[in-house]
Amino acid sequence: MPRITYHQPQGSQQTIELDEPAPLMQTALRNGVPGIVGECGGQAMCATCHVYVREDYLDQLPEKSEDEEEMLEEVASPFDERRSRLGCQITIGEDLEEIEVDVPESQV
Amino acid sequence: MTQPLQPHEHVVIIGTGQAGVQMVDSLRQNGFTGPITVVGDEPHTPYQRPPLSKELAGSSSIVPLPLRPEGFFDQAETQALLGVEVTDLDPQAKELKLSDGGRLSYNRLVLATGARNRDLPIEGADLQGVHGLRTLDDAENLHTALSEAWRVVIVGAGFIGLEVAACANKLGKEVTVLEFADRPMARALTSSASHYVAAAHTETGINLKLGEGIASLQGQHGKVTTAVGSSGEQYPADLVLIGVGVVPNTELAENAGLKISNGIAVDTQLCTSDPHIYAVGDCTTFPNHFTGGPTRLESVQNATDQARYLGALLVQGNDDDAGYRELPWFWSNQGGVRIQIAGISAPGDEAVLRGDPETGKFSVLCFRDGALAAVESINAPKDHMAARKLLVGDTSSLSREELSDPETDLRKLAKSIR
Repeated sequence: MPRITYHQPQGSQQTIELDEPAPLMQTALRNGVPGIVGECGGQAMCATCHVYVREDYLDQLPEKSEDEEEMLEEVASPFDERRSRLGCQITIGEDLEEIEVDVPESQV
Repeated sequence: MTQPLQPHEHVVIIGTGQAGVQMVDSLRQNGFTGPITVVGDEPHTPYQRPPLSKELAGSSSIVPLPLRPEGFFDQAETQALLGVEVTDLDPQAKELKLSDGGRLSYNRLVLATGARNRDLPIEGADLQGVHGLRTLDDAENLHTALSEAWRVVIVGAGFIGLEVAACANKLGKEVTVLEFADRPMARALTSSASHYVAAAHTETGINLKLGEGIASLQGQHGKVTTAVGSSGEQYPADLVLIGVGVVPNTELAENAGLKISNGIAVDTQLCTSDPHIYAVGDCTTFPNHFTGGPTRLESVQNATDQARYLGALLVQGNDDDAGYRELPWFWSNQGGVRIQIAGISAPGDEAVLRGDPETGKFSVLCFRDGALAAVESINAPKDHMAARKLLVGDTSSLSREELSDPETDLRKLAKSIR
């Protein structure tokens, strides 16, 4: 079963198993994972669903769209050129079956 | 002068949309420890509205995206009264009457009552198969109806109308859009951007009828079958979506004697004509730094930014506060057309193209009194993000030649004037 593990800055973690493919941001909001806001509803407009993808999964990620590239310039926590992504733009359960991400300190 | 909140003060927020929920969040984030109550007339846990018109998939049921993770109100130690309407506001007694018979006293009240769909007073508007779209309930009804409909007629080529038109078209429906004005999104876009949008939708097979209002809706056995245009032409319809704008929910404030001016009138610090009552979001008319006059905006950006501003202001008080002055921005996804707007254009602005519409990727720069005032970007997110930076700075030194040259790096330019 596809799954997403969210690591919080304080060290706790939550793993969510998915019944069907879903983006990282939406899964976090629907399962009470703190630290991911998604203010625009998953439209790559607000940069409040920033996550750091863990090393093991970096080479399996989809390319960033131009929208995502632009919004990543706006994130509230430090931007990591390799690991920073928007949670609304990464869907788990299609090409990627599993992922682990670090939730940043702040989103706004 | 806004007095900082004391820990014993009870803050009541009316509304559980983006503005109301952000208000709770911002009060707590700024360190307010006193009691908060939020009252919302919708029974649902607060949810996100933008996807409701942009991601109508047409098959399985809608799973709304929550505005905050479950348990948010508990964690924020906030009493949430959902499915409860505020029926009366007494500013003298600082008391609210609720639809469940209850009463609530407040020290400070925040109105985040939002807006509702504008009714269309035409024959047949109450027929089965005629829909509006604003709430989750609306979206669920539309969603179910869309799966059984074949011919979809949309009244109004604004944000909602065109977003739904694009979704329905993608689902293979036969889509007709009736627009009274001579171009789509006329209130939000300059004519260059508007004409591009019209052409793009027409190209995907949407029947966009401009200069065509709606005269009536006809039906059989109580169900809509035909939309009759102002020209007299008849458009067969299994489903009609009315998307002719919204009206702010001001009645409660109006009955309480607060000043109303299109929306609930507030000053630059979002305070109404009563010193203990504030208003944020779609319901609010505020002195807008960017338009130079009283303005009411309907957007996620305005709702959340106003709530953030007011949350900080109420907790910290203000000594040298300049008032709310965040740059307005908007977006819309309509099939392959992504529209992003920074700032607010006005009739009379000079519109200058940056890039070539033929490429499907360009921006319209709007100049007012010689300075950049707004930027509309079509499938050009780089321009949009740079514009959001440019427009909060002093753009008077930037020439239109420089700005409109696609070779100019707008982001760098924004840094140079900061």
